[in-house]
Amino acid sequence: MIRVEGVPGLYAKRFAELETQCSDDGSCWLGPLRQQAMQSFEAQGFPTTRLEEWRYFDLGPLRKTELHHVHDRERVNLRRETLAGYHVHCLPGALLVFVDGYFEPVLSATRSLPAGVEVRDLATAIRMQPDLLGEHLGRYAQVERNAFVALNTAMLYDGAFVHVPRGVVVDSPIHLMFVSTGTRGPTVSHPRTIVVAEEGAELTLIEDYVSTTDDVYFTNPVIEIALAPNARLEHYKLERDSKKAFHVAGMAVHQERDSRFASTSISFGGHLVRNDVSCMLDGEGAECTLNGLNVIGEHQLVDDHTRIVHAKPHCTSEELYKSILDGFAEGVFNGAIVVAKDAQKTSSQQTNRNLVLSRHALMNTKPQLEIYADDVKCSHGATVGELDEDASFYLRTRGIDADTARRILTYAFANDVLGRIVIEPLRKTVESELFAFIPVGLDTKQPC
Amino acid sequence: MSTDSIRRVTEGEYKYGFTTEIETDSVPPGLNEDVIRLISAKKEEPEFMLEWRLKAYRQWLKMKEPHWAHVEYPPVDYQEIVYYSAPKQKPKLKSLDEVDPELLETFEKLGISLEEQKRLAGVAVDAVFDSVSVATTYKKKLGELGILFCSFSEAVREHPELVQKYLGSVVPYTDNFFAALNSAVFSDGSFVYVPKGVRCPMELSTYFRINAADTGQFERTLIIADEGAYVSYLEGCTAPMRDTNQLHAAVVELVALDDAEIKYSTVQNWYPGDKDGKGGIYNFVTKRGACRGRNSKISWTQVETGSAITWKYPSCILQGDNSVGEFYSVAVTNHYQQADTGTKMIHIGKNTRSTIISKGISAGHGQQSYRGLVKVMKGADRARNYSQCDSMLMGDRCGAHTFPYIEVKNPSARLEHEATTSKIGEDQIYYCKQRGLSEEDAVNLIVNGFCKEVFRELPMEFAVEAQKLLSVTLEDAVG
Repeated sequence: MIRVEGVPGLYAKRFAELETQCSDDGSCWLGPLRQQAMQSFEAQGFPTTRLEEWRYFDLGPLRKTELHHVHDRERVNLRRETLAGYHVHCLPGALLVFVDGYFEPVLSATRSLPAGVEVRDLATAIRMQPDLLGEHLGRYAQVERNAFVALNTAMLYDGAFVHVPRGVVVDSPIHLMFVSTGTRGPTVSHPRTIVVAEEGAELTLIEDYVSTTDDVYFTNPVIEIALAPNARLEHYKLERDSKKAFHVAGMAVHQERDSRFASTSISFGGHLVRNDVSCMLDGEGAECTLNGLNVIGEHQLVDDHTRIVHAKPHCTSEELYKSILDGFAEGVFNGAIVVAKDAQKTSSQQTNRNLVLSRHALMNTKPQLEIYADDVKCSHGATVGELDEDASFYLRTRGIDADTARRILTYAFANDVLGRIVIEPLRKTVESELFAFIPVGLDTKQPC
Repeated sequence: MSTDSIRRVTEGEYKYGFTTEIETDSVPPGLNEDVIRLISAKKEEPEFMLEWRLKAYRQWLKMKEPHWAHVEYPPVDYQEIVYYSAPKQKPKLKSLDEVDPELLETFEKLGISLEEQKRLAGVAVDAVFDSVSVATTYKKKLGELGILFCSFSEAVREHPELVQKYLGSVVPYTDNFFAALNSAVFSDGSFVYVPKGVRCPMELSTYFRINAADTGQFERTLIIADEGAYVSYLEGCTAPMRDTNQLHAAVVELVALDDAEIKYSTVQNWYPGDKDGKGGIYNFVTKRGACRGRNSKISWTQVETGSAITWKYPSCILQGDNSVGEFYSVAVTNHYQQADTGTKMIHIGKNTRSTIISKGISAGHGQQSYRGLVKVMKGADRARNYSQCDSMLMGDRCGAHTFPYIEVKNPSARLEHEATTSKIGEDQIYYCKQRGLSEEDAVNLIVNGFCKEVFRELPMEFAVEAQKLLSVTLEDAVG
């Protein structure tokens, strides 16, 4: 048993519980990993704004909130009908539902998957597949770099495990739905997702964070993705948490030769939201695309930190992040692109555009290039501003009133990223969330 | 691209390496309150200056040397530095004839002969040799217009009210580690005051030169442009070859009142160390201008080719409504040089505008970072910023990095930031060679084209020198 002084009591308690119950749930082999993570979390503590990486993200409110973990025995039985309103309509494919951090088999459906493809809860995988899991778990999401990755790893218990064997193509998207109910008061969950795509495998994955409460809770998810040569993953993250929720997430992607990774992250909800994305292009010809759209108002804050490391030559990366800020919202973007010493012929492009709709909203952006090779093409661009007056004037000369013009232009601004969502039903869902924010009078409810 | 030609440019040796032997009057190395009292006494300063220096020193003791910049260097022992050294001087000089002939010769080697400058260029030169001003020309002519242009020590003695009013008002001694150190021990520098409505008829310039071995140079410059005034100030540097690193921590403060404009241009060519990265100047500078008045303007232009380590962020505080800040920079790092440079534009007033053009060229093992902040405060309605940071890489061991920060608290602000990093264009070189240009000329042509937007902002005399300097620094460096 390690010392856990200086760690908020609930985490120390939970950590001790996991240690003692490990022989029952077959997770004892995770002991060293959890312990190392706990030590790292203890050493780092909750980051303060004095740290460069966290200077715009004040964790004060999270620190002050009394939270607790939901115990196995007090799991919430969520009714199917309650969840129905949150589904992505007409979306085919496998569905895994997690309620307050625990897998809920009754609400999930994993039929119709090609042979050999495994989509299951992590708790089962920990028990059944320690060898395969041990190869990847904790290898990409590094605990020393980020206190919240450390926290998630120390609290490792449940989540999702997706494994696509060599050459298999999964046609329909795999939908992971993380539901927070708030039924047990202000709770905290640490779902962990591991995605392993073997050589030439292809899949689409949707991470979806929803809540059936308007109240406060804390979600601390981490996803690790390993793409073997020629593997291909289309990833979506939809964050629709409650307006009072804390959401501090980590994503770590490891890409081998000629693999393709495309991710689109959309945030609507949450009071304090943080996305730490790190992509390691560790094989020649790997490609990485990161898109992001944040549509926030009130006192919401969304902080996107991305870091793409070009470790090998001939890799390509592209980034497009956009924010729409209303009310007292705060947006943060920090996009680092690192080109290692011998990563010649790197091509990297980054764009960050921010639309500020209100007097009280604010935006902090910091694109960042660190380049140690010479034969590269890298560029980044960032803009912050309000709606284009000329465009608005043009619409008004065509008989559209100022308010509608404003909404049309806002929609057009977001559409750039929406257009990159290939899955039609998902795009419709995102659009309808967007229309809740800026009603433009378009009907998105269509039959499948 | 031929590696030969790259090697030639990157391995070109420092051309201005010579030491002048002049008796110097130094204090023993190390820093304590006694040394500060000694400096202050030697300079016959009024009481308020000593008090200010001591407050800065006590503040400095509490501060830690910052390490966030993207540079690496061995720790500096602040107790081994000689904090004051002045050429032994005869009593007040009335004309150039009385100046130490060896000193004049040094200036001639640098191509800045006072006579020539005086006769041909019509530029008033306040030459700082090590730490004390040796000669000031054209003073009379400027005096007729009411413009004060003198050494800082003279200003402290003769215009204490102006110094007391503005010293530390833009860069307080609490600002940062190096500014505090400078405030405590600064030896000399330049002082300019342009009165209301006066347009300074000539470019004012100062050549700084670090001479005595192991003497840290702590310059302090203060330029004040009163309502409706205009002044253009040039600063240029070369330094002799040395083996031990020398620390240079200067502070420059600019104050522009209503409708005033200050243009500050720098060509910095201090000793960058040899091609193995040995020696060279540490250049840790705090430069800041305050656009206090309405419609005021401050423009920084810099060409940075020297120093082993450069750590410098000329900034503008755009306080007055409609004020304008500009930053144009070319920075070249070769061999093992490291530069972390950029600017800060703080928009406070309404309709404030700023432009940032930064061009970085990295060759050899050079490491270069652009670090900038554009901050729009709540009240800065319709603030506008355009930033462009381009880097050019020559050779596969160098690096170029950008760390721009953009913080916006006003929705009517419009900000644009663009940055690119790429290798020098092989196609362009090929095209030039095809037209009969040598590879070296082609590279010079391309580099000069790359930096054109910045050179255009330099006063004529400097533009020529800067282009020459660039081709010397990158001699044989283009490949």
